[in-house]
Amino acid sequence: MAQRTGEEAAGYRREDDPPYLYPDYVATRLRAPKKPLIILPRTLSDTTGPAYGRGLIGELDDDLTSQHSGEPLGERIIVTGRVLDGDGRPVRSSLVEIWQANASGRYTHEGDRHPAPLDPNFSGAGRCLTDGEGRYRFVTVKPGAYPWKNHDNAWRPAHIHFSLFGPAFRSRLITQMYFPGDPLLEHDPIFRSVRDRETRRCMISTFDLETTQPEWALGYRFDIVLGGRDAAPMENHR
Amino acid sequence: MSPGPTPSQTIGPFFHDALLDIDRSDLVSSDHPEAIKIQGTVYDGAGEIVPDAMVEIWQANRAGRYNHPADDREDLSLDEDFSGFGRSGTDARGEFSFLTVKPGPVPGPDGRLQAPYVMVSVFARGLPKRLVTRIYFPDEEEANAVDPVLSSIDDQAFRRTLIARDESGALRFDIHLQGDKQTAFFGF
Repeated sequence: MAQRTGEEAAGYRREDDPPYLYPDYVATRLRAPKKPLIILPRTLSDTTGPAYGRGLIGELDDDLTSQHSGEPLGERIIVTGRVLDGDGRPVRSSLVEIWQANASGRYTHEGDRHPAPLDPNFSGAGRCLTDGEGRYRFVTVKPGAYPWKNHDNAWRPAHIHFSLFGPAFRSRLITQMYFPGDPLLEHDPIFRSVRDRETRRCMISTFDLETTQPEWALGYRFDIVLGGRDAAPMENHR
Repeated sequence: MSPGPTPSQTIGPFFHDALLDIDRSDLVSSDHPEAIKIQGTVYDGAGEIVPDAMVEIWQANRAGRYNHPADDREDLSLDEDFSGFGRSGTDARGEFSFLTVKPGPVPGPDGRLQAPYVMVSVFARGLPKRLVTRIYFPDEEEANAVDPVLSSIDDQAFRRTLIARDESGALRFDIHLQGDKQTAFFGF
């Protein structure tokens, strides 16, 4: 069974994912494993995976602007896209969970000490299942940027966290969606921890006039491709 | 052009309301005759607890069958009530816990049964992508000794990080992200 060397274990061989150790993102320094990863052969344990979420979705879960008595402050947006496997096939009936800061850049979380206002009409959590074409859709507000203590004058670019399961344990993914034209992206070590520039851009949504609804909300498109090719049926394992 | 996989990003520190609003740490009810508790603490490389991690598990049922269409071994019973999935945040003491059943053995790549285990994903601030490990069982000494994955690890102490230990009626599986006691983690 192959074991990767230290440097490879840190992720440098994977072009798509960030390495575990990315010193500019300070919290990785004490949390990144240093010993080699053990490479698992493909088995039923990872080509299967949880069908979590079916029967879990409430009526307002995909509309983060309707979960309270009033409307949240901020720029109303529609975020939609398709979840695809590595071969470009739609991932159907699969759970998508999102969370985000409010328009002022504040999370409804006791650990968030940023002195920006909370919005009583915005919790910032949503979920839905993809449809028959792998499509998801959320109505929310555009999250604000917020400061964090990673380095001097550090600000996170506006982002929405996405959690996806896909068809198998292998395809499990948590990522972040960013917004086009954000000047903070080039200064953000979390975004930049994905080393390849082109790959990084996969995490930036695109403004979409077709999704935009007149007199109502701006539309953004964000397609997500899960690690799927590796999850293809067993054929070539040793 | 077909785009590559969307890269992973950290879960960050603020996921609780979205991902842990529904308690999924009990895979079976507490009066299940074969219920076992699996608990552990997550530590960082300085030996400090990690109170803001999320641990997920995925496992077969008692018969060794996954509740998933790709596991079509119909000779093994399928328990519709047992999803095989669990999710637990770590608390202020860095502890996670699950109530589940011990899975039956599942086949490895050569079709032979392996020692039983639970698949584990760890997410946390400071982890740009999840860590994957496995929980093996201390009462499976024989099967563990010949298991192809376990026995591929030469360093005995490193191998032992994958085996839970008995602790007053529960199983303990601590996860050390880094350092001398680092848990063995897997890649695909």
